Formats: sequence, C-alpha cells, structure tokens
Amino acid sequence: MSEKIGEIIDACTTAFTAQSYELYQLPPLGSLVKTQCGDLDLLGVVYYATTGSIDPGRKPIARGKDEPTEEAIYHSSPQLMKLLRSEFSVLVTGYKQHGIVYQFLPPVPARIHGFVYVCSREEALEFSRSLTFLDILINTRVEIPLSELVSACLRQLSLAHDDPRSFLVTAAKELVNLLGGQYQQIKAILERLQP
Amino acid sequence: MNDETRRLGVVISGSLLKGIDVRLDGNAAVEDMAVGRYVTIEGQKRRFFGMITDVSLGVTDDQLLLMPPDPNNQFFSDVLRGTGMYGMLHVLPMLTLGSTADEIIEGPKPVKTIPSHFSVVKTASQQDVEMVFGKEEEGRFYIGTPLDMETKVCLNLEEFVKRSNGIFGKSGTGKTFLTRLLLIGMLQKGTSVSLVFDMHSEYGWEGRSEKNVKVKGLKPFFPSKVAIFTLDEESSKWRKVSTDFAVKIGYDEIEPEDIALLRQTLNLTEASVQAAYQFARRFGDKRWLEEILNLEGGENTATLLDQLNIHEGTYRNLRRGLEVIRRLPFLVPHAEDNPVQKILEYLDKGINVVLEFGRFKDIAAYMLVANLLTRRIYTQYRERTEKALGEDRALPHPLVITIEEAHKFLNPEVSGQTIFGTIAREMRKYNVTLLVIDQRPSGIDEEVMSQIGTKITCLLDNEKDVESVLAGVSGKNELKGVLARLESKQQALIFGHAVPMPVVVKVREYGSAESYGEFTKRTESVKKDIETLW
Repeated sequence: MSEKIGEIIDACTTAFTAQSYELYQLPPLGSLVKTQCGDLDLLGVVYYATTGSIDPGRKPIARGKDEPTEEAIYHSSPQLMKLLRSEFSVLVTGYKQHGIVYQFLPPVPARIHGFVYVCSREEALEFSRSLTFLDILINTRVEIPLSELVSACLRQLSLAHDDPRSFLVTAAKELVNLLGGQYQQIKAILERLQP
Repeated sequence: MNDETRRLGVVISGSLLKGIDVRLDGNAAVEDMAVGRYVTIEGQKRRFFGMITDVSLGVTDDQLLLMPPDPNNQFFSDVLRGTGMYGMLHVLPMLTLGSTADEIIEGPKPVKTIPSHFSVVKTASQQDVEMVFGKEEEGRFYIGTPLDMETKVCLNLEEFVKRSNGIFGKSGTGKTFLTRLLLIGMLQKGTSVSLVFDMHSEYGWEGRSEKNVKVKGLKPFFPSKVAIFTLDEESSKWRKVSTDFAVKIGYDEIEPEDIALLRQTLNLTEASVQAAYQFARRFGDKRWLEEILNLEGGENTATLLDQLNIHEGTYRNLRRGLEVIRRLPFLVPHAEDNPVQKILEYLDKGINVVLEFGRFKDIAAYMLVANLLTRRIYTQYRERTEKALGEDRALPHPLVITIEEAHKFLNPEVSGQTIFGTIAREMRKYNVTLLVIDQRPSGIDEEVMSQIGTKITCLLDNEKDVESVLAGVSGKNELKGVLARLESKQQALIFGHAVPMPVVVKVREYGSAESYGEFTKRTESVKKDIETLW
C-alpha cells in the first residue's frame, strides 16, 4: 500500500475532508483516493483543497519583503510549516468490499482520523472499468464548477489507461448520454478533456 | 463480416404501415448506409427482413445545431458521434424469416407485425438474402445481385410468365438490355415461348449499345429456338440478318377495330372510325378496305356516301388516314401466306418468334401489325385453351408477347379496344401474357397497370411515372425514394409476383456464360458476347 498522505478531520455520507501530513502535500485535483473504514475501502475523488492558518482567528501576513526567494521565507521562519496546514476534500464515489468495487455511496461515512491514501494505478484502472460514478459527480453540488471536477477526474483516471484517448472518448460518450440536452455543459467538459 | 460488425443499431420506433426507425450505433457510419440495402431485425420471437428506405440525421439537443462543434476537432466528433448526434435509418420490414426448422422450410412470409423496441438491426447476411431470393435452380433465373452483395437475386420464371409483366424506365436506362436478358432467361428455362414485336430490330439478331457497340440478340445464342420474322426484307438483307419469314399483310386482314385503335395516330375523327364500321358492314370485313381505297370519287362515290349516310368531310378524313396505311410496303391487297398461322406454327414447336420492323419504325405501322397479329393469335389460343379444358388435354404452351411503347396500346382511351388491354386484364386464363416495355408508364391505363404481375423498373424521375408504377404497392412512399435514386444504368427495382419482396438489383453484366454455353456449345464466344452486352 502506498504511503498515507493525510488524515480525515471531517466526514459525512457523501464527502470527507482530510488534513495533509505535510504542508502543500496535496493529491491532485480529481485524483482517486481511499480510506479504510472497517472492512470497507471508501473510494473518492479529490474535489477541493485549501491551505491556511491553523487558527481561524489569525490570518497569515506577508513576510517576504526583504527575502530574495519564497523558500527563504520558510527558511527564516520555520514555525510557518507548523502554523499553516493543507486540507483537501473528497467526494465519496464508491467503495470496495471483499474485492468488489461498488460505484455508489457506502453504507457508512468515513471515520475521523482515518488515514487517506492515493490510489495506485491498478486501483484507478479497476475503478474506472465502470463509469457509473459519473452520475454521482454530475449530481453533486461542490465549490468548483462541475465541468472542472468531471474533467479533472477523467483526466486523472485516464493516466492509468494504456490508451488514455479511447478511455476519454468512452467516458465522454457516457457523459453526453447522462447530460442529455445540456449541450453547453457537455461542450465545457469536452473542451477540458481534449487530450 | 462477423455478427458484431454487421450490427447497425436498434429499433426505436415505427409502425407496420410507415416502417421502422432505427437509431444507428456510434460505430456504424451514416455514410456507409444506402437506400435499397437489406437488413435483418432480430425480434424477440422472429427475425424480420427489411430494406433501408431512408437515412437521416438526428441530434439530442437543438443547441448543438445552433453552435456546431468545430468539424476539424476529431475528439468532439468521436465523442458526439452516436451520442449527441446520430444517424437514423428508416427500414421497411418486408418479410419474416422463421427461426424454427418448420418455419425455415416454409420460407419467408410477408410481415404482419413489427419487431419490439430496441431489437437489434444488422446488415443482412448472404445466407439471409439467399433464403429470401432463392438459389439459381430450375425455373429460377438469376437476374442480378443486390446492392453491395454477391448473392444472386433470382426471378421465379414460372410465376413470372403466369402474369403480364412490365419493364419501365427512362430512355437509356437499360430497358432493352433487361428485356433481352429476360427473354434469354425464358428461353433458357423453357418456361414459355415468346413473340417479340421488335420495333427497332434489336432482339433478333443484333442490336447496338449506347456506345454503338454491336451486341448480339437471341438468335446467335439459341439458333434452333428462335425464328426471325421481318416486315422489311430489304432492311434485313442490308443488315445481313438471315430471316425465317417475310411477313406480308393483306388488306383483307385489316378490320375496322384495327383502324379504331389508330384513331389518334392517324388523326381520325370519331365519325370517320364509325364510317369505317359502316363500310365494313356494307362490303364485309374482308373487302371493305380495298373497296374504300378503290373508290375514285365522282358520282358513284357520292351516291354511296349518301346511302351510307356518311358526310363528305368524314370520308375524306378516313380516306387520308387509310392512305397512310396503304403506303406501308408490307401491306398488299392479298397476302399468300397467312402470317398468323406461320407464327403459330413456330410457337407450337416451342420456337420463339421475333418480328423485326426494319425501317417501319413509325408507331402507326407498329400498332397496326402488333394489334392485328396479336388479336388473331390470341383468338386461336383462346379456342385451343377452351378445347383443351373441355377435352382435358394439356393446355397450349404459355405465350409471352413482348411489346414496346406500351402506353400507345394501353392508354386509357384505347386499352378497352386493343387486344393488349384484354390480355393484360384477363391475364393467364388463356396462357397468353404480356411483357410490356415502356418509358412513360403514367400513360398506361390504371386498370391495366394494376394487373401487371411483376414490375421491373429502371430509373424513373417523372413524378407521374413513379406514382403510376408504384400504385398499390405497400410501402409506396418509401420505394419512391429508392426508385428515384437508382443509378441510371444497370440498376433496377423489381417488385411483384415473381419476387418475395421489392428488390433493387445491380443487373447482371455477364456471368453464367457457361450456362448459355450448354445451349450454344460456344461458351467462349458467348462469354465475350455477354461481356459486351452493356
């Protein structure tokens, strides 16, 4: 199993938020991550990430006026690494139980302090054999535009395939069917998907 | 082609009357479809056999039409093909093919229902087409192949000759060639004897193709089975055609009915036709024409006209018309040989007769001779058939009479009077049927048209002609589209009695030369001849 990258700090049935162990150590937008929850492996797509102060009352201030580079700021104020944190939010798109992948919501939400891992190429491949999860993606309201989320997710998944283009065409066809008459939406996604 | 690659799409809607709409799969390209092509539809309980009659485009969202994607963007078109934009086929189901052993033996049946939603539609396989149109075997004549297929479409010649048939098409679309082919077929299969009224002298010995290449007629293929009669010995000699008989027709054989038929052609008035009947009553059917032509004018004539109550102007009109006929060199006051008997003699022996008209290509001569001879032959046939029925003997050999410019004989005004109208209507009762060849089918009487068993039509583009050829056929509107899109050469739509469903064929060009060779023992030269037929 790959190394854990974060720990869940907020969870509900449809999504969870995790804090990265290292500042800026964030999985890419749209990538597939997983977390264990009893005998279930919850699978989800990263849809949002933030970096900010650990204390909501204290906003970071600009410090680099006299520093030559960005790195130098962190070098001269090492405490910053501890005062700031990166978080990412994940949309739950399915789970795996007894070796079978299900692309619908799991019976229970993720647990707080559950470890989060980035899925391997094989896992992404296994997950993207079915495209049922697209329905969850296009029917959930999140902070970023739908076209961005869907296209980012498909681009990430396509990396696991030997022929990314044919995967993208197949997935995009499924999207066109799902989105029916919403040509504007389809067009926006297709423009972001073009290999 | 395997099962998967033959798949075209699924049925999405339709009705038995209007046909079925099929949505094409993403990987079936619209541009590969063609009207007239065959498909099979895998219903839940039975398989359907149908023909593509229209191809169209559809989109799921009208926005797509307002803002079309960049045509050069391959990714967009790959994704949208079969999803946002798709092709549609309109299919006319024609037959059901059985799936159980019993049903397969019974053969295809006309459709009475339609396949259910989302039944899979596939390109028809060779076996399916063969199952429908049969194999070339006894009584079946291979006429061509369906579009883009190697399978043979065979006419059931036994059924074919039982009804009157028609070959239609614009000038230069291959009617003559098709006729020649069918005559060869009938000869080869021996299902009937033919009498061909050969207006342009192109069926007997040789004709000329559009490219002015000589093409052989029937006699060179079947010397012992074809006799060439001629009306114009001189022309035959110039063309170096050996003829079997020179036809002369006596005035005594022309009856007022023959003149009535020529009323329009000779520009006669109704009154002058009536006058001809009056003369015939006065002088008898055998002598009336000669008597009129011998009238010299003056007192005697005036008295005669007075007695018969015929107006001077009417007489002049009739006389002028009859003078046109008199100028035909094959008409003599009295013919020694009876051409009708001679023709019947040959036909009885199973020898086909081609009557060449030589230089006498004008329609008056053609109509006069064709009508006159046919009427007498038909009478003889009728007598024989009735006798045979009474005495329980074998019926006379089926006779097929081929006429060109058929609308002149069968137009609504004269079809009631000509013998051809009668034959077309009474059909097979007396074993005489017609093979009509025409470029203006709209000119033919509707009633006659409706009795034509098998219609073979090349390209027609006049709305009226198309309408009249397709009158009464199920799926007429769909077939219209097919008919109007035939290529101008070598393609024909066949429908009616001798084929189980309408079929577009690429008419055979050459091929079973060996089979002709069996008759002629000259396979090689025959093969070459057939190659040049077009």
